[in-house]
Amino acid sequence: MPVITYRQALNDALAEELERDGNVFLMGEEVAEYNGAYKITEGLWKRFGDKRVIDTPISEAGFIGLGVGAAMMGLRPVMELMFWSFAYVAYDQIINNAGCVRYMSGGLINCPLVIRGPANGGTNVGATHSHTPENFLANTPGLKVVCPATPADAKGLMKAAIRDNDPVCVMENTLLYGDQGEVPEGDYVIPIGVADVKREGTDVSLIAHGRAVLTCLAAAHRLHEEFNISAEVVDLRSIRPLDEQTVLDSVRKTHRAVLVDENKPFCGVSSQIATMIQEHAFDDLDAPVQRVCSLDAPAIYSPALETQQLPTADRIIQKVLAIS
Amino acid sequence: MSVTRAEKPKKTGKNPVDYAKAPINADLTPEQKLGFLADMLRIRRFEQASLKLYQQGKMGGFLHLYIGQESVAVGTLALMGENDHAITAYRDHGHALVVGMSMNECMAELLGKATGCSKGKGGSMHFFAPDKNFWGGHGIVAGQTPLGLGIAFALKYKGLKGCCLTYLGDGAVNQGVFHESLNIAALWDVPVVYIIENNQYSMGTSLARSSAIKSCLAERATGYDMDWDIVNGENLYEVRAKTWDAMQRAHEKCRPAILEIDTYRYYGHSVADANAKKYRKPEEIEFYKQNHDPITLWENRLKEEGIADEAVIKKLDDAAKKEAAASVQFAEDSPFPELESVFDDIYYEVDMGTESGKTGRHFFND
Repeated sequence: MPVITYRQALNDALAEELERDGNVFLMGEEVAEYNGAYKITEGLWKRFGDKRVIDTPISEAGFIGLGVGAAMMGLRPVMELMFWSFAYVAYDQIINNAGCVRYMSGGLINCPLVIRGPANGGTNVGATHSHTPENFLANTPGLKVVCPATPADAKGLMKAAIRDNDPVCVMENTLLYGDQGEVPEGDYVIPIGVADVKREGTDVSLIAHGRAVLTCLAAAHRLHEEFNISAEVVDLRSIRPLDEQTVLDSVRKTHRAVLVDENKPFCGVSSQIATMIQEHAFDDLDAPVQRVCSLDAPAIYSPALETQQLPTADRIIQKVLAIS
Repeated sequence: MSVTRAEKPKKTGKNPVDYAKAPINADLTPEQKLGFLADMLRIRRFEQASLKLYQQGKMGGFLHLYIGQESVAVGTLALMGENDHAITAYRDHGHALVVGMSMNECMAELLGKATGCSKGKGGSMHFFAPDKNFWGGHGIVAGQTPLGLGIAFALKYKGLKGCCLTYLGDGAVNQGVFHESLNIAALWDVPVVYIIENNQYSMGTSLARSSAIKSCLAERATGYDMDWDIVNGENLYEVRAKTWDAMQRAHEKCRPAILEIDTYRYYGHSVADANAKKYRKPEEIEFYKQNHDPITLWENRLKEEGIADEAVIKKLDDAAKKEAAASVQFAEDSPFPELESVFDDIYYEVDMGTESGKTGRHFFND
């Protein structure tokens, strides 16, 4: 199986879908002639031309709204936000229009739109560029949210998102773009709403999404090596729809859960997972559900501190040891 | 086509140019002209009937009445061809009826009934009929302006010769997303025609208190190298002629435009507008009703042309009243939606029972 970067996996997914369906087009700031601020769309403008790969002015509300309107008409826009943090100036378009138009029209309209871009802290760019709005977006019935952690998931989920007939928010991570991993060849599509057990274990379930999955895998390795604790790592992959069954199956097996989330703790994704576990698997628990989130402050600039603000393997290990 | 601010015509009820002779109007048949009257009457009678229901407490939320502005929807939307589309804001009843939505489905929607155009899920502000190229019905001021841009973008992308008539109120011109949309429309040659229905008040705030440029809103188009014009909304011929010019330019050259159509609403911003009589004087409203009512003016015009007399007009009006009354009956007799339907119409994939709709949990109620 070829080993490629997360960035290349996304690029391949976009290229394959552009090739497959003439209704697919890419649009965003610097996606065409500049080859993408993070080079996710590198080479695509040259290959597919002005009609299919389109640079926009810096007008997130305007061009995201344009994408919603075009999707209502049956096109399949793939809109890049240079950072998901910039979605905040386009929220009306995303929440009210993409998220609610199907409902308000009584099902007469659907919106096959993809909005994609990085949503992560950890790059020392301060609070305005470090938001992780998956919890806000998943709070809107009508939107779907996926957060791939590996190159294979990035490709499979991106292709599924483009083919989906509902609006899908794809949250990538600039810290992962250079990561390498095996990606199946051919038309590799991962259904949205299916979690993945990234490491099997018996003593505790570490449940995460996005880059936090990799932090969990590092913690699980050390838990095994240093403490002889067998940790299972569940990668949610999709926030909404949510693969509740895989999470509950894991908790019923290990009887302990530590939820790891680069979101802030208040009403973060892990809050939803925690309430779901206590509602459906309370009797299976041998210990209270624990959470490791970003420290509850705006993203700090200082590189020395931001590393500590995001969930670390050390903090995960401490939480696991506290309930083991 | 652009005019300077100084040339903006005064609201005199008379126009120096006879727009009846414009090509788009010259060949109108008497039946078509009577049809415009019938549509304006239908809007007015529908809304008067809805107001009664609102006052009886049978309706929730807001009711933004279009009464006084009927000539705008009728004059513009009747020009739509196969590949022309329309989208508007929350004052959407008139547009809905003109594109061909039935009074029944609209009245039932107002009462939140299962037979409503959105199955009771949208309400007054959110009427849709994509099969009639009508894309709503949008509640957030100016939120629809980039959607109209996107609809027009899609037409061009598909190689279709059409445009999207995108309506907004005078209050919406100060929202940022409208200006983003104007810039993109002009930059990329997107065939969108923005129609500002200037009824002079954004809720209770007059133009003088909301716009830096006080005399003309469409002039903002000059900041985006876009064509613009102002239109006397009480003159149906003028509305049609100038809108058709803009649509032709969109069709032939993919050029966008802004039309500012002067009009007036008789009721408050919404019926719940408690200050409706404080920010303007009752005498002002009465003046417009007496001198600028678009229906009366069109009736007079048809009389002058020998197309209609009082009997013909009464017949059309009676039919509109009857249709409105029947829609009230239909709406009142219709059932409310079942509780189970709350979770329908959220995700296409779930509604259709596709594979994608079956993986993972979509709703989180327990």
